[in-house]
Amino acid sequence: MSLSPEQVAEQRAIGNDRENAPVMAPGYTMESVTETIAGIPLSKNIRMGWAVGFLIAFGGMNLLLLSIVWLLYRGVGIWGINSPVGWGFAIINFVWWVGIGHAGTLISAILLLLRQQWRMSINRFAEAMTIFAVSCAGLFPLLHTGRPWMAYYLFPYPSTSGMWPQFRSPLVWDVFAVSTYATVSIVFWYVGLVPDLGTMRDRAKNKLVKFLTGMLALGWRGSARHWHRYEMASLLLAGLATPLVVSVHTVVSYDFAVGLIPGWHVTLFPPYFVAGAIFSGFAMVITLAIPIRWYFGLEGLVTLRHMENMAKVLLATGMCVAYGYSMEVFFGWYSASRYEEYLVFNNRMLGPYGWSYWMLILCNVISVQVLWFRWVRTNMFALFILSIIINVGMWLERFVIVITSLHADYLPSSWGMYYPTFWDIAMFIGTIGFFLTSMFLFVRAVPMISIFELRTLLPQARVKEVEK
Amino acid sequence: MTAHGHKPVGPPIHGMAARFEDASALTAAARAARLEGYARMDAYSPFPIHEMDEALGIRRSILPFLVLAAGIAGCVGGFGMQWWMSVVDYPLNIAGKPLVSWPQWVPVAFETTVLLSALTAAFGMFALNGFPMPYHPMFNVKGFDRVTTDAFFLCIEADDPQFDVTQTAKFLQGLGALEVSEVVH
Repeated sequence: MSLSPEQVAEQRAIGNDRENAPVMAPGYTMESVTETIAGIPLSKNIRMGWAVGFLIAFGGMNLLLLSIVWLLYRGVGIWGINSPVGWGFAIINFVWWVGIGHAGTLISAILLLLRQQWRMSINRFAEAMTIFAVSCAGLFPLLHTGRPWMAYYLFPYPSTSGMWPQFRSPLVWDVFAVSTYATVSIVFWYVGLVPDLGTMRDRAKNKLVKFLTGMLALGWRGSARHWHRYEMASLLLAGLATPLVVSVHTVVSYDFAVGLIPGWHVTLFPPYFVAGAIFSGFAMVITLAIPIRWYFGLEGLVTLRHMENMAKVLLATGMCVAYGYSMEVFFGWYSASRYEEYLVFNNRMLGPYGWSYWMLILCNVISVQVLWFRWVRTNMFALFILSIIINVGMWLERFVIVITSLHADYLPSSWGMYYPTFWDIAMFIGTIGFFLTSMFLFVRAVPMISIFELRTLLPQARVKEVEK
Repeated sequence: MTAHGHKPVGPPIHGMAARFEDASALTAAARAARLEGYARMDAYSPFPIHEMDEALGIRRSILPFLVLAAGIAGCVGGFGMQWWMSVVDYPLNIAGKPLVSWPQWVPVAFETTVLLSALTAAFGMFALNGFPMPYHPMFNVKGFDRVTTDAFFLCIEADDPQFDVTQTAKFLQGLGALEVSEVVH
């Protein structure tokens, strides 16, 4: 039985209960939870709002295409990078996008190991977000090499030149870390999708959809023996993805921390980067979840309980990040090195890019404190605005780390300013377009919530032991 | 003898399938069938039922050992690759550092470990499950397309020594099955 409009309205209302929202609104059946989620990709209708949003995002993606073509034609000179600031927007955006990806893995892997049931409603689209964010991230270092068609040099392959990569370099570690992360994320996401693709195969009316989902479902038939191995594989993948996600941003932080530049050479970087990654990733999940749950009427499945829990994670990781900022200042002062002191006080706080440092503190430390109040955590409008502020703040953090540290290092003779060009900004907006285009296609193409996991949350899924 | 003149290979049907009301009924039926002495059977459900492992007597999968082996291979392979490339095949003196600077090989070796074990976890599971297998006799069962939504099936397979078309059907009926049908190939 499908749900009547009144029941749907009631479930949405329960999901939006600001006082005591459950993980899942009551009254769902196996059929209605399946229909609610699988019905979105299987529906024939293209909704106006989706189409308009998709077209805007697609326009952004074309801007990316244009910027890449122009970049390949003219070279990296079209960007604002110079000497001394050789790492401009490309590296800032790379770190920003990789960081955003981390929330998806955290939700699907770490919360699975911790047996957090509220993970089940948000893991699928958070994982999709991870894949798209990592795709955006991967583009930047690739294009920053200047000759992306030579990028295979970074991989150890037997070449006629007889050379091998330099394994002491964090940049080579980065290639391994990010490519492993992308591969494992895609595999984990696909494994999670298989039973739901089986559901789509069995419910599809359209022949082509039935064929495609049937092939992708690999012949899934819900066998108990398959479920046994399936759950084992999920647990193993979660156990493997957990250290992996920590390692990825640790390696990204090594790109900086292993260098000798004041402001980069800090032992605090790995944990501080990982916390920042989770912070920005959760902000992005919230940015996406709020409009999606509202537009598709999924408030009964992605309830305010989920939103509030995510807001709490934001607050906790925000405090970790704030600790990182304060320790950076402390290290600079305590080092008694004039270069470190100069960097922290004269350059970062009071230098020509001082505005970005204070904006970052405002976005990532001060504004986050409103999350101590339940009223903010359960107010979707306020939470949405705050998540955008945090996304901006985390971008500024990478701006501060990359630009202020590089523009003025040991020798004043090699100081210089960095200004982004039109193409820097165009490519950044372009990746946002690519990311959103992928998200729009994703919510329309596959079930955006893990249906089989939600079925296990239903009271009727529990096995009642009969008297012997 | 079939129309083509071959002898039919194996039992003419895959087994006897019974549909049950819910997870509890399915688990109870699987337990009862095991008690009755049936060994070759499988349960089909829209979500994993943890009680089913014990009810059907499913032995622990070897998957974790495969993943462990892959992880060890990835770790040894990762270190070995870096050692061979930077010590044997292309030794480079960088700032007088020792050629075997193994602490700096840890990140790459870690990534190869995770990569190989994760791929083994996923593809090993697919392989042990016999995937991809777009066709299976169970798909011929009436109403089996609901197994990915809200239907629960138990199938006693025809190659079970105790299997008998009439007896097994009767037995499944007695367990409170909603519907019992032969599974044709």
